[in-house]
Amino acid sequence: MNATQKRRWVFKPIVWIACLTPLAYLIYSLYQDLGVNPIETFTNFTGIWTLRFIMITLAITPLRWLTGINQLVNYRRLIGLFAFFYGSIHFTTYVVTTFFIGGFSNFDASGLAADLTTRPYIIAGFTAFVLMIPLAVTSTAGWIRRLGGKKWNWLHRLIYITAMAAVLHYYWKVSVKLVPVNPRNYAILVAILLAFRVWRYFAKRAASEV
Amino acid sequence: MLIKKPVDVRESEVTPKELFLKRREFIAAAGVTAAAVATNGLGLLGDAENVAAQNPNAQKLANLKKSPFSTDEKLNSYRDITTYNNFYEFGTGKADPGKYANSLKPRPWSVVVEGQCAKPGTYNIEDIMKWAPIEERIYRMRCVEAWSMVIPWNGYPMSEFLKRFEPTSKAKYVQFKTLVDQRQMPGQTEPALQWPYVEGLRMDEAMHPLTLVGLGLYGEVMPNQNGAPIRLVVPWKYGFKGIKSIVRVSFVENEPLNTWKQQQSSEYGFYANVNPQVDHPRWSQGSENRLGEFFRRKTLMFNGYGDQVASLYSGMDLRKFY
Repeated sequence: MNATQKRRWVFKPIVWIACLTPLAYLIYSLYQDLGVNPIETFTNFTGIWTLRFIMITLAITPLRWLTGINQLVNYRRLIGLFAFFYGSIHFTTYVVTTFFIGGFSNFDASGLAADLTTRPYIIAGFTAFVLMIPLAVTSTAGWIRRLGGKKWNWLHRLIYITAMAAVLHYYWKVSVKLVPVNPRNYAILVAILLAFRVWRYFAKRAASEV
Repeated sequence: MLIKKPVDVRESEVTPKELFLKRREFIAAAGVTAAAVATNGLGLLGDAENVAAQNPNAQKLANLKKSPFSTDEKLNSYRDITTYNNFYEFGTGKADPGKYANSLKPRPWSVVVEGQCAKPGTYNIEDIMKWAPIEERIYRMRCVEAWSMVIPWNGYPMSEFLKRFEPTSKAKYVQFKTLVDQRQMPGQTEPALQWPYVEGLRMDEAMHPLTLVGLGLYGEVMPNQNGAPIRLVVPWKYGFKGIKSIVRVSFVENEPLNTWKQQQSSEYGFYANVNPQVDHPRWSQGSENRLGEFFRRKTLMFNGYGDQVASLYSGMDLRKFY
């Protein structure tokens, strides 16, 4: 076992545990107290953690550039899949607690369809979620081989759209006029993380022209 | 005005205050808080039985008259009603009013009455509370944000209150204003809304027998976070119409500009009648989350008070006058 493999043996479990901590906290809270509006608490919690995991996934590459620790990429897929995991719980909660009226036997499909097509903040959130599906599916080594590195990289740039849509979803949900401090901070963070890519792109092009 | 079908009340459904207090003592004495937590299970079922948070220092309201307008639906708990509030004067978070409203001083308190009436003046809250027998009115409360509760309000008909001032024929609307005082209402240091909070009703809405001067809930004077010491309760309208901590009542000729309409007129109107057919631009109003229930329930036209109030709006386009 070489040094890199050893490090992975240590760090992989740590990253797993870290990624599962919000879930553990959520399950713990379920048995304690989620407050007066448990559905709202549950939905907000899974939503915000989806956004945070998207941010962390996006931060890996700039962190590699800044620190030179290339092994960070070994954890990107795992963290990205956790973003999808929390996003799936968030989306499922929304569907189940909003469109089943009075019980599982009464599903308001037209209500869901109307929500997904007419409400800007829902459209943004749904876009963010749906675009994560192909990324999750093609996250395996087999799919990377099948697509080839170049195509795979292009496909996985969908995460940029997911990140922007997720922030918009949050921003529009909170309110139009009531100074939404939190969503603004996330928007700034996404802007910085994406600006890194733009800067890198132009820096590389400038370098190749020389 | 048509009152075809008074809502029935099963008094057995309403736990008497004494029993609540006894239960509270029992819980405290037995120290079974842990058991309460355990029975709350997944935390998704609400806690209508949990009344341990009731304020033992609050002034009790005696000889409450039952009302035929009360619903027999399951009550939300005192905790639900007093820890989950929209009262931006104390912060924009739902828990903020419950945490910070203790800075409000609801006594002494006076209400200024002005405008198109024969008896304007300044009236003391202690007097106001004696102007009519205080009733228990168990009403559904539907928030514009698509959640709802069932609340045992205490108060008396707004008509009893307004008649005293002898409004003139020029009084077409009544406007209410909330206190402005940054020391008592720390949320007012932020420009979350324009202060003071303003609300209004058409005179016929204000005089409707369902419209209530809210003076308390659960048999106690109004908790600060719910709008002490005097607030408006209009059960067929979205909750934001129920202006809290009122200091000024004005009889006016023209439709007042209410705070949320001023804030965002594309989303909030003057009438704000609960209407499942007219959606909020950002979400559907067709269903609601009754706090304590897992699945949504259908939202009823005029919050289920259509038999009593629909005639107020006959001939009006409720899509336009939302």
